Amino acid sequence: MSNTPRKTALDALHRSLGATMTDFAGWDMPLRYGSERDEHVAVRTRAGLFDLSHMGEITVTGPQAVDLLDYALVGNMSTIGPGRARYTMICQEDGGIVDDLIVYRLGDTEADLPKYMVVANAGNAQIVLDAITERAAGFDAEVRDDRDAYALIAVQGPESPGILKSLTDADLDGLKYYAGLPGTVAGVPALIARTGYTGEDGFELFVAPEHAEKLWQALTDAGAPVGLIPAGLSCRDTLRLEAGMPLYGHELTTALTPFDAGLGRVVKFEKAGDFVGREALQAAAERAETAPPRKLVGLVAEGRRVPRAGFSVVAGGEVIGEVTSGAPSPTLGKPIAMAYVDAAHAAPGTKGVGVDIRGTHEPYEVVALPFYKRQK
Amino acid sequence: MSNPQQLRYSKEHEWLSGAEDGVSTVGITEHAANALGDIVFVQLPEVGDTITAGETCGELESTKSVSDLYSPVTGEVTETNQDVVDDPSLVNSAPFEGGWLFKVRVSEEPKDLLTAAEYTEFSGS
Repeated sequence: MSNTPRKTALDALHRSLGATMTDFAGWDMPLRYGSERDEHVAVRTRAGLFDLSHMGEITVTGPQAVDLLDYALVGNMSTIGPGRARYTMICQEDGGIVDDLIVYRLGDTEADLPKYMVVANAGNAQIVLDAITERAAGFDAEVRDDRDAYALIAVQGPESPGILKSLTDADLDGLKYYAGLPGTVAGVPALIARTGYTGEDGFELFVAPEHAEKLWQALTDAGAPVGLIPAGLSCRDTLRLEAGMPLYGHELTTALTPFDAGLGRVVKFEKAGDFVGREALQAAAERAETAPPRKLVGLVAEGRRVPRAGFSVVAGGEVIGEVTSGAPSPTLGKPIAMAYVDAAHAAPGTKGVGVDIRGTHEPYEVVALPFYKRQK
Repeated sequence: MSNPQQLRYSKEHEWLSGAEDGVSTVGITEHAANALGDIVFVQLPEVGDTITAGETCGELESTKSVSDLYSPVTGEVTETNQDVVDDPSLVNSAPFEGGWLFKVRVSEEPKDLLTAAEYTEFSGS
């Protein structure tokens, strides 16, 4: 692979908008267009438009597509109804998390041929593709790399349903959270999914790369009157952090099982058949039940210095944990962090917890996640 | 963007005003403010501190990172800008004006401070 970052179909557009670009997982992506705080607030209160074309799409088809996914992933894929989506994970044999994923079941009816789209994080897409391909041995299923087949544009925020409605005849009112349907948006064929990574209502639109610019422009024009602005990866990170959503490489790594990350609910032992990691995950589930090691908690600063990934969490002069993500929260107006801390200090309201910020122990309040939940 | 002609600049992206009664004002450039992104916290030296050219005297925290603040000159701090402590976004919105950081009675000035034209060439903007 070359070291030159890949460019999305919207690259020229980002540059014409004056975006600050950044190399993210081998892609040249917009970090922010103006103030990342303004972009964050726009998504919370109005709408933001994201280019997420770096995400990795893998299509799985064939008579045994669902059997393969049930074996390769930790969730129960056979219970995903047509047009629905599921948050799940792919684990190693030792239970370590390879990636977190969204699996979309395409097609409208039970009678349609099984077709699933697995969406992986950009930095893990090749690893996930390789793992599913390897695990497909013996299954009558085809695993296809569709990374180049899609551009992904997300419109997120309370105004996003109205904006999208003005551009499509698709039944958005009938489209539930974690569901997707094929449709036409601004004359462009798209898979319209009600998913996102911001803690707000919103949509992710999978389209052919050659249609991306047209769709982006149409969404910009339709959204401008209600305050939609383009939004970069910087605010996507603070939005997901406020919403308590984990990020691979921060809260999730191969060194942790889903149970360590407080996400054991994604592992479905009751499903039929074996799956990769079952034995190790069963042991991890018991450990989490009886002798939990560290727990993932929220921390809210009393001061204004910002905790960053890798900073030590301290109590009584001892290191009791480590920050995995931290940022100033535009919504709370204070620095926040997610951190793994020893179970003894993990209860919300635990006193005397701090973060070592360049040698100074700044006081922090332990809180339950998420930091922010939208009013429905 | 343009870097004001009357200021001089350090390679650590601070600007320094001409002295009035021996006291100069210090801030960071628009180029630096843009590169940092939204600034959310500033820690400034205290009034009365002696600061040294090229050494750190505070920090600037943005959404994504924390950066050291370097003093462009050697001298004694005479005043700090409480407005930017209360509202660090001033550094982004008005880096050469309301977003100034501190004032310093200059005792020694390095020889290698840049003119506006030289800094524009150095920073590329």
